Amino acid sequence: MTSPRRGNPARSGGTALLGAVGLAGLLLVIELAPRLGLVDERYLPPASRIAAALAEEAGTPAFWTALTDTLIAWSVGLAIAVGAAVLAGIVIGSIPVLRSLTASTIEFLRPIPSVALIPLAVLMYGTELGSTLLLVCYAAFWQVLVQVLYGVADVDPVAFETARSFRFSAWGRIRHVLWPTALPYVFTGVRLAASVALVLAITAELVIGSPGLGKEIAVAQASEAVPTMYALIVVTGVLGVIINLLARTGERRLLAWHQSVRGEVTV
Amino acid sequence: MMNVVKKILLAIALPLTLFAGWYFLSADSESFYSPPLEKILVAFGDTWGLDRLRADVAPSVLRLLAGFLLAALIGVGAGVAIGMNLRLRAVTEPVLEFFRAIPPPVLVPVIMLFAGIGDAMKVIVIVFGCIWPILLNTVEGVRAVDSVVLETARSYGVNGVARITKVILPSAGPQIAAGLRQALSIAIILMVISELFAASNGLGFTIVQFQRSFAIPEMWSGIILLGLLGFVLSLLFRLAERRALRWYEGLRAAQRQS
Amino acid sequence: MLEVKGLRKVYRSGSREVEALRDLTFTVDNGELVCLVGPSGCGKTTLLRCISGLLDPTAGDVRVNGQKVDGPPKGMAVVFQEYGRSLFPWMSVRDNVELPLKQKGVGRARRKQLVEQSLDAVGLTGTASAYPWQLSGGMQQRVAIARAVAYEPQTLLMDEPFAAVDAQTRADLEDLVRQLWKRLGVTILFVTHDIDESVYLGQRVVMLSTSPTVVQEELAIDLPEHRDQLTTRADPRFIQLRTRVYEQIQAAKRNAMQ
Ligand SMILES: Nc1ncnc2c1ncn2[C@@H]1O[C@H](COP(=O)(O)OP(=O)(O)O)[C@@H](O)[C@H]1O
Ligand SMILES: [Mg+2]
Repeated sequence: MTSPRRGNPARSGGTALLGAVGLAGLLLVIELAPRLGLVDERYLPPASRIAAALAEEAGTPAFWTALTDTLIAWSVGLAIAVGAAVLAGIVIGSIPVLRSLTASTIEFLRPIPSVALIPLAVLMYGTELGSTLLLVCYAAFWQVLVQVLYGVADVDPVAFETARSFRFSAWGRIRHVLWPTALPYVFTGVRLAASVALVLAITAELVIGSPGLGKEIAVAQASEAVPTMYALIVVTGVLGVIINLLARTGERRLLAWHQSVRGEVTV
Repeated sequence: MMNVVKKILLAIALPLTLFAGWYFLSADSESFYSPPLEKILVAFGDTWGLDRLRADVAPSVLRLLAGFLLAALIGVGAGVAIGMNLRLRAVTEPVLEFFRAIPPPVLVPVIMLFAGIGDAMKVIVIVFGCIWPILLNTVEGVRAVDSVVLETARSYGVNGVARITKVILPSAGPQIAAGLRQALSIAIILMVISELFAASNGLGFTIVQFQRSFAIPEMWSGIILLGLLGFVLSLLFRLAERRALRWYEGLRAAQRQS
Repeated sequence: MLEVKGLRKVYRSGSREVEALRDLTFTVDNGELVCLVGPSGCGKTTLLRCISGLLDPTAGDVRVNGQKVDGPPKGMAVVFQEYGRSLFPWMSVRDNVELPLKQKGVGRARRKQLVEQSLDAVGLTGTASAYPWQLSGGMQQRVAIARAVAYEPQTLLMDEPFAAVDAQTRADLEDLVRQLWKRLGVTILFVTHDIDESVYLGQRVVMLSTSPTVVQEELAIDLPEHRDQLTTRADPRFIQLRTRVYEQIQAAKRNAMQ
């Protein structure tokens, strides 16, 4: 018995409207609170001043360079982490001995906070891109690896046996049985890693001073350019929202494709 | 019996190998940045004595726990309120998603403006950074409570406080736990970050002091301690979670079998 | 006495409208066991949700002992169709049965007694500390019945309670319902899509048409008070009655086609 649940499409237009009202309300509060003297204007400038600072920033080439730097660190770090984690995950996951050998080590290394590596990164790479990459890669790697391991563990043993009985090569088994099963998990891992990678990229820039938006925030803070600082923080938030949305829709699209393809094959 | 022994052997084989490998390969390392493990271990013993633990580690951990617990309290409370109200949820969701998407460490400079550089600032930073996954997961969990469960509660007069504590919170428990787990790792990150800006004590502060004064073995020992702290906290969390959500594990296992 | 008068329910979702119930009128006297039979999707669950105050009707009303229902009435217990989802998986069987009693303000000693008695009555002695998901489907349904019985209701509503259990269990549970009804003297409104079940259980059968739903006919079941799975079902009168119900439901379907 499935009774139609709440949240029907007819009302989602209304939901979007209410969401817009919420955002407008937030802006209004940020505009009025300092103007009415509820908070000190030096600490929280009105929304309009932040917007002006944002417009001003957007007119400087330095801002766009910083944005590009952040995106480069994010994408390169994410790509390295995903590549390494998928490879490691498939190798470890498909060899039972390796799996039990590495389980405890993975459980130990995974919760180590990536920021523990900051001093190391500074010593090794100074304020270069490498510092950011080290932190981004480390944090993103575990997200993906763990998901890939779940995915490989989820492979139906019967499917695997079937492939064996048809004398599939090891590569064929991975390509046609293991990979299709693990793929949805890989997507989930990539989605999680994408947001973590952004956080770590900006954190590294902020703390270490490697080039990017985080560094610009630190500079704005040091020069007491408070509206600019808020403007840059808004940019990082918007960047985060965009990455989340892209990753989520990308995952849904690819999974839909994946299931429909599988459906055709099995029917 | 054999199985247990085998399991233990498998579990400790790789860590031991890695440890031994590091130990012997680094034994006559001349490199300034990666000193012999032996030196690091000696430094560990020398550095992290009772005094240091009390003066630097304890404040860090206390701020971490205070921030995390406060975030959990506010996040779950607000999450239940928002999750139970359709309209409130629609209004707040985009705002909350935006706050969640802001990389938490950039909040440090902002909160420093308001709260200075004391303990309060660090706790507020942790609360602000790790409340969002708790809040959004709670909202999601509350929203997803089975409609039959809610109707059962209503028709048997389970209302008011009992409805929240006996029905909605347990039902959303698995989701809330997932949010808390994310929040815990964010909290550890923020514990360190908040100490990098302006502090006079703390684990993160001390490690960076070692790095700046090129006390490399001490710095390494600090990194190891931070790693251990992260590991222990996540272990404790997992134990607590497993205890609190035993029913959920069982339910899932039962569903898988059928 | 339970009175349903001119009841109509239209579900609205966006611009789509579903008329689940068109016009229903019938009564159930105190202490009666009435079966409501109708094809799947004819609105039986909708009707029960209106009677139990979980759903507001579009028109018409429901009265319990002369009092208009607008919210779950006191002294009414519901056994839901989705019994698996209606038991709380985070509580033991005991807590599931006890929670409504706590809410009602029953004292501790009396609660304990009621829980024990009701579990005994449904044949679940000794499972009090198990979780619902550790039990089979039939046992889960018994827990749901025990919860309703322990609540000491004057009126018991049951929504296709045995639709999803195997035939043997179903026969046992049917006898259990008759036995509990006789012993406790409650009013029972038993909803089912199974014609044989309705004739076997009820003192009276109310037949619903296909949607848009009205009362097709009411039929008194003049079978002996004592019923038995073997002899009653082989009784020529039983066969006559079930044929009559069957014909009426077929007629309703034909009317709907025209
Ligand atoms: N919440 C709802 N919203 C819209 N339509 C519903 C809802 N619940 C039930 N319906 C519709 O009402 C009709 C009757 O449903 P229901 O009362 O569940 O029937 P039954 O219990 O007899 O199988 C069905 O057509 C069903 O699709
Ligand atoms: Mg139904």
